[in-house]
Order: sequence, then structure tokens, then C-alpha cells
Amino acid sequence: MSPAEDEPATVIRFRDVHKSFGAQKVLQGLSFEVQRGECLAIMGPSGTGKSVVLRHVIGLMRADSGSVEVEGQEVSRLTRQELSALRRRMGFLFQEGALINWLSVGDNVALPLRENTRMPESEIREKVQEKLALVRIPDAWEKMPSQISGGMKKRVGLARALITDPEIVLYDEPNAGLDPEISLSINELLRDVQRELHVTAVVVEHRVRCIKTVADRVLFLEQGRALLDLPPKDFFASDHPRLRQFLGVDPD
Amino acid sequence: MPFTRPLIELCNGIGFQVELLGGTLARLHDLPRRWRSVAEILYQGAVQGLHVVLLVGLFIGMIVALQTGIELQRIGQQDNIGTIVAISMAREMGPFITCTILAATMGSSMAAEIGTMAVSDELAALEVLSVDRLKLLVLPRLVAIVIAAPLLTILCDSIGILGGGFVAQSQLHVSWQLYSDSAIEALRDPAHIFPLPKDLYSGLFKSGIFGVLIAVIGCSSGLRASGGALGVGRATRQAVRDSIIAIIVANYFITWMLYQS
Repeated sequence: MSPAEDEPATVIRFRDVHKSFGAQKVLQGLSFEVQRGECLAIMGPSGTGKSVVLRHVIGLMRADSGSVEVEGQEVSRLTRQELSALRRRMGFLFQEGALINWLSVGDNVALPLRENTRMPESEIREKVQEKLALVRIPDAWEKMPSQISGGMKKRVGLARALITDPEIVLYDEPNAGLDPEISLSINELLRDVQRELHVTAVVVEHRVRCIKTVADRVLFLEQGRALLDLPPKDFFASDHPRLRQFLGVDPD
Repeated sequence: MPFTRPLIELCNGIGFQVELLGGTLARLHDLPRRWRSVAEILYQGAVQGLHVVLLVGLFIGMIVALQTGIELQRIGQQDNIGTIVAISMAREMGPFITCTILAATMGSSMAAEIGTMAVSDELAALEVLSVDRLKLLVLPRLVAIVIAAPLLTILCDSIGILGGGFVAQSQLHVSWQLYSDSAIEALRDPAHIFPLPKDLYSGLFKSGIFGVLIAVIGCSSGLRASGGALGVGRATRQAVRDSIIAIIVANYFITWMLYQS
């Protein structure tokens, strides 16, 4: 039996999740599931808790109530070691890349391997080079984060997120701050990563073009709840008044 | 109660710092992998700040010599100026001045660097990547400052005593020979434990402890920073302020412990 057959089909499961920051209620009973190998896009107005959802999945935040399960494990109940082990199966692309500013591009990508494994340096260099080639910046090793563009930072962030060969990848607004041309290349890159590595992915995004390129399903968040959960074709064809109002002002 | 909230915040802050120090000391076994970072932090903090310590140390020695020398001259005791400058520099002024400068330079840069990482999601990225931030960020900084503080204190003591000698000779008309003999004699008082003059090793011990305080306060302020550039500014200001307060309070207790009997 293959490992995929051993593992449950549902990779991420939110059940009635609530989260507030002071008086501000961000998530108000959010429930959804992500199946293995699927790419879910989360769309919605600013401040509806899209990034907060990703931070719950990776254990950077804890729900006030409700449950967040990843690979059948309740994230908030994991010990530090268990959470660390789960995180090694996940990759996270931050909105601004979140590159360590005093490390070069190559050292940023190599960091998790150098810190958490006993892999020989030659093997690490080979693997980093492979990931830099995958995100189409094979010659960027020596560059510092301050010397590279926003689009390149996203690529480096993606290479770093993929360096441990994760089974789940979370993308926080991969197109934020990019011009249309660079956005297009990033979207194609995400689609290719999805096809080549067969990962389960969650993309927080509000650009229609990105969602059409990478997503298998779209979740529309409104006031901290799932308003719509449909495949892209049905989603964009939907005549739901709130969605039509939202898409009417979409920059795409 | 108006004081309840600040008191709780103070206790939380101290608790966080104690946990940070304990956690970092428990990771000392990882030090052999961090020597390159330690050397870089030492170079940036200690070597590039060396001239400040030397300049301030020189003038502090001159001030001590001048202030006390004028009074000693009135009672005809100016020949003892070497003793007073040497003991003042070694016991108190050297470690205190050096570590105050380090709090303002290395401590503030620790808070600013780590604080910037906190507000730009770099610390969150380290957590997501399961990279231990105590090993990567705090351990090298703690070790670098614990090495830098005593070494810079020796230099500060030495140049301060030299500066005092210059004032003694030029303004108090005490010969260089007499000044240096009395300074060396004062520091020769043997220790009970170490084969070093007690005044010298107590000063170096103090500066090592002050270094630990600066690193723990600087790093913890940075790690707890939030709220963008304003938050980084707040963390940096807090790190320098709290380090200087901690140095002064610890100074009293260490002095009491070492010289009470």
C-alpha cells in the first residue's frame, strides 16, 4: 500500500473556529476542509481573517474556540516537538517573503537544512541549487535580500518553503505588491510547483487571475465565515450579490 | 488599582528574560557551530566601538584624577592620587562606563536587529521553519558581549589610569614614577581565590555580569517588539534604559557581595 493510501484524504479541517483580537472578531465560526493534493484559494475583503486562517494552520496562532486539524492532529494540542515535526511537513510563503536580511539568498534557502538536519554541506548546496532552479533563479545564491526585487523575494521565499519537500504549502498573498507581468510569472510558477510536486496548498489571494491559474476550489470569506465554497468555474459564474459586489471592484 | 498593570507587565518581562537566559544557557553546547556569528558580532560591536571606550575611559580617568587630586592637594595628600585613580577605575568606573557604552551600542543594536526581524515576520518565518531562535540569534550575541565586556573593561581601566597619570603629572605636579608606583601597589592587593588582584578581577566579574544583563535585556526587548517601526524604536529605547538600570542595581549588589566583609 502506498503512503498516500495510508493517510486520510482530508489534510486540513477547520471546525467552527472563532478568533478575536481584543474587541475585533476576526473568525466567527469558520468551517472548511482541504483534501490531499488539492489547492484551495481563500478570497475575501481585507480584514476578514484570510492570513489569520493560514497562521492557525501552521500553529502561529491558536483559535479561541473550535478546532483546527492538520493531518488528523489538533494543532493547538500539540507539544512543541510535535508541532515542530508537523511544521517540517509544511511550507509557508510569507507576504513579503520574510527573508532573513543578513543572510544571502542561498543561505536563506539553506537555513532549515543547516539548522535542523545533519546533511553534509555539499548535499545542502546541491539541494538549494535545485530549488533555486525550480523557482527560476539559479544564479541568485550570493545576492542579499536588500539587492533583489519584490518578485525575486517571493521566489526565494518559495524556494525556502519548498526546501524540506513539504506535503502542504501555504501561500500568503503571493501577488501582493507585484506588477501584472511579475504576478503572471509567479502564478505560473505556483501552478508548476503544484503540478510537479503534487502538494496540498492553501493560497490566500484576491487576484482573480491567480485563483483561475492555481486553484481547484475557492472559499469566499465574509465576516469571518465561509460564504461560498465552489470550484473556480462555478465561483466566478456565481451570481451571489456579495460576490458580484466584491468582484466588481477587484483590480483584476 | 493603577499600579497593577505595570506591575504585571514588569513581572511578565522579568519572567521572559529569566526564561530566555535559562534557555540560552541550556543551548551552550551548540556554541562550536556559532563562532562565526560570535566573531561577526564581536567585530561589529566591540572592535568598531573600541575608540568610544578608549576616549571615554581616558577622560573618565582624567576627571577622577582632577576632581580628587584638587581636594587631596589641599590637605597635601596628592601623592596618593595613583592609588585612588587605579582603584576607582578597576573596581567601579571601568566596568560601569564600558558596560554603559555597550548597553548603548551593542544592546541597542541587538534590540533593533531582532525587533526589526519581529515586525517583518522574519521571527515568524524562523518559527515556521522550526529554526531555534535562541541558538541562532541569542546565543551568539550573549557570548559575544560576555567576551567583549571584560576585554574592553581592561582597556578602559588601563587608558583611564594613563589619563589620570597625565593629569597627575601636568596639573598636580606628581611625578609619573610616584603615580605609577602607587597605582601598581594599590592593585597588587592579592585575591583570596584567584591569582589576580582582587580589584581587577572583581571589576572584570562585574563587567561579565553586566554583559549578560545587556544581552538578555536587548534580545528580549527585540523578541517582544511589535507594531512596525514605532515598535522597534520603543524596543530599542526600552533595551538601553532597562540595561542601564539593571547595571546600576546589579553593581550595588555585586559590590556588596565582594566588599562587604
